[in-house]
Amino acid sequence: MSTSKVRWAAVTGHSLFWPVVALLALLTANTIYRPGFLSVEMKDGHLYGSLIDILRLAAPLILVGLGMTLVIATGGIDLSVGSMCAISGAIACLHISQQPDQNALGGVLVALALGVGLSLVLGAWNGALVSIIGIQPIIATLILMVAGRGLAQLITEGQIITINSEPYKAVGVGYLLTLPISIFIAVGVALVVAAVTRRTALGMIIESVGGNAEASRLAGIRSARITFLVYVISAVCAGIAGFMVTANVSSADGNAAGLWIELDAILAVVIGGTSLAGGRFSLGGTILGALLIQTLTTTVYAMNISPQTALLFKAVVVIAVCLIQAPAFRAKFARRGPAAPAAPLAADQPKEQVPA
Amino acid sequence: MTTTSLTPTRDWWRIPQRYVPVLATLTLLLVMYAVGVSQYRAFSNVQVIFNVFIDNGFLLVVAVGMTFVILTGGIDLSVGSVVAMTAMMSASLLQGGMDPAAVLVIALLVGPTLGFLMGCVIHFFEIQPFIVTLAGMFFARGMCTFISKSSIPITDPFWTSMAQERIGDPRGNFVSISVLIAFVVVVVGAFVLAYTRLGRNVYALGGNQQSALLMGLPVGQTKIAVYAISGLCSAIGGILLSFYTLSGAPLIAVGMELDVIAAVVIGGTVLTGGSGYVFGTVLGVLVLGVIRTLITFDGSLNSWWTKIVIGGLLFAFILLQRLIGIRKK
Repeated sequence: MSTSKVRWAAVTGHSLFWPVVALLALLTANTIYRPGFLSVEMKDGHLYGSLIDILRLAAPLILVGLGMTLVIATGGIDLSVGSMCAISGAIACLHISQQPDQNALGGVLVALALGVGLSLVLGAWNGALVSIIGIQPIIATLILMVAGRGLAQLITEGQIITINSEPYKAVGVGYLLTLPISIFIAVGVALVVAAVTRRTALGMIIESVGGNAEASRLAGIRSARITFLVYVISAVCAGIAGFMVTANVSSADGNAAGLWIELDAILAVVIGGTSLAGGRFSLGGTILGALLIQTLTTTVYAMNISPQTALLFKAVVVIAVCLIQAPAFRAKFARRGPAAPAAPLAADQPKEQVPA
Repeated sequence: MTTTSLTPTRDWWRIPQRYVPVLATLTLLLVMYAVGVSQYRAFSNVQVIFNVFIDNGFLLVVAVGMTFVILTGGIDLSVGSVVAMTAMMSASLLQGGMDPAAVLVIALLVGPTLGFLMGCVIHFFEIQPFIVTLAGMFFARGMCTFISKSSIPITDPFWTSMAQERIGDPRGNFVSISVLIAFVVVVVGAFVLAYTRLGRNVYALGGNQQSALLMGLPVGQTKIAVYAISGLCSAIGGILLSFYTLSGAPLIAVGMELDVIAAVVIGGTVLTGGSGYVFGTVLGVLVLGVIRTLITFDGSLNSWWTKIVIGGLLFAFILLQRLIGIRKK
């Protein structure tokens, strides 16, 4: 076998190969459909263009995805992020709307602190349910997913709180050094998370907890504490994303803010090659996945297809990506090669046994 | 009830552990009803109970399907969208002038087919039910808007007669045909789970998939079957919903899957599978219905309190399941 063949196999075998191909294909399709798609121009010292828009709109998704990646790496899942977005956005907007001067930086900072603080509390609640009481993650976070929407509406009293605050708006649509501020926030959080998990042992510890929580505990890792931690991180990420979502439209809607973002985030994580069974994660993959999803959404909008119908495309993407990543599916199509290992039925066992 | 579970020394009055969650739900339901009756005079009207059934008939049907899925340890997130898709499709076909009988047949075929396909993907490619049914949810919801972006009214005489038919005294206490259909589904579901081979396989699969396989039970067929059953129940639910609203709307039943899962869990079905009853699910749906009714009766509480209360109840019942689980060890 020639080396080029081996190298080609290594490239196509890489977990991020297909997401990158899909992203490039989408961008190409967009460029063909709308030749001006790739152009980025300078206006009033800001960069404008579809690509910048995609980056800006993907920022909340990247944030939520980063937190979700860590949660999924421990073999858990956090369904409550959408509600967290709504809650943190609602409390921040509520605080700002009560200020006499909505443009005062101090008031906005307090509002942001309130939002993050509340996210911390809710994250701790999720973490406690999973790590201390030992409820399966999908159920534990389902509670806040249902009740959280109610809480968000309770905070906004069922109204849509509109605010007129420049500093707060900047979080979503402001510009810094020609690029949207939200991109900087997302990149900043990504760098911090990457540094903390990949430059210290934390990432490996999270992966080991995801691989086998009990074995990790016996090996001297405080599994429960790590599990607790990832839910708090996820909640804070979701909280910050909530600021962006509400700042984008300068209003807080307890019902609509961050709706479906948990599903998009899980999708981004899965596309990025993080296994839902836990035990390994890829932050870069998640960011790529988030960009892919946002590109898909933007494409669908640009082609004048209704946002709801976009779900059809997402369904296709989910199934395609999951099939490509499924060991059983790969095994069935690798039969042409030499002796593919029969797909073991126990493949789905670890996930079932790790939580609770 | 709590005293029995705390002092398990005697045998003759001890309640078997598997009934504890269902009995807790029953107690809760009775307490809630008693509170309602004591607070509001009109609450004691029998029609209030009938209305709970009328308003939640479709939820009940879908919840029966979900019970099957959760009993195997899986989950089906697509139910809300399938309900909407079925209602939407029926409305659209009826608008096109198709015969109601043919519409019913088509509508009842699409849901199970989607469920069957999802079950196949889950079984053959070993992908988690959660993510597969998520894709199914996206797909079905997308189909809704693909059919039409706005809601379609139903004017078909068969549909309207089904919607308006009142069984019982039309001026006094009555139920709709949907309630009877829901009851039939509940009875059939309970029978299948308790007395047929398929039902026992569902429990065995939920108890321990590995053991079920080693015992020679048809794990794959059962797994695919439960998702098809859930699809069928969602389709029936969708038709009942279209009877109820006499229209198909693309955004109807959004988030219904959560209500359904909550109802099943409150009804005492353990989410890891293997334990639970259709009767419990009925109670779970009734609890949700009575909460809504109470909040409507109160008037000063807003609709979001429903979500908060449901969240709280979910927490309480999951905790209860957990405590029973710990005691078993």
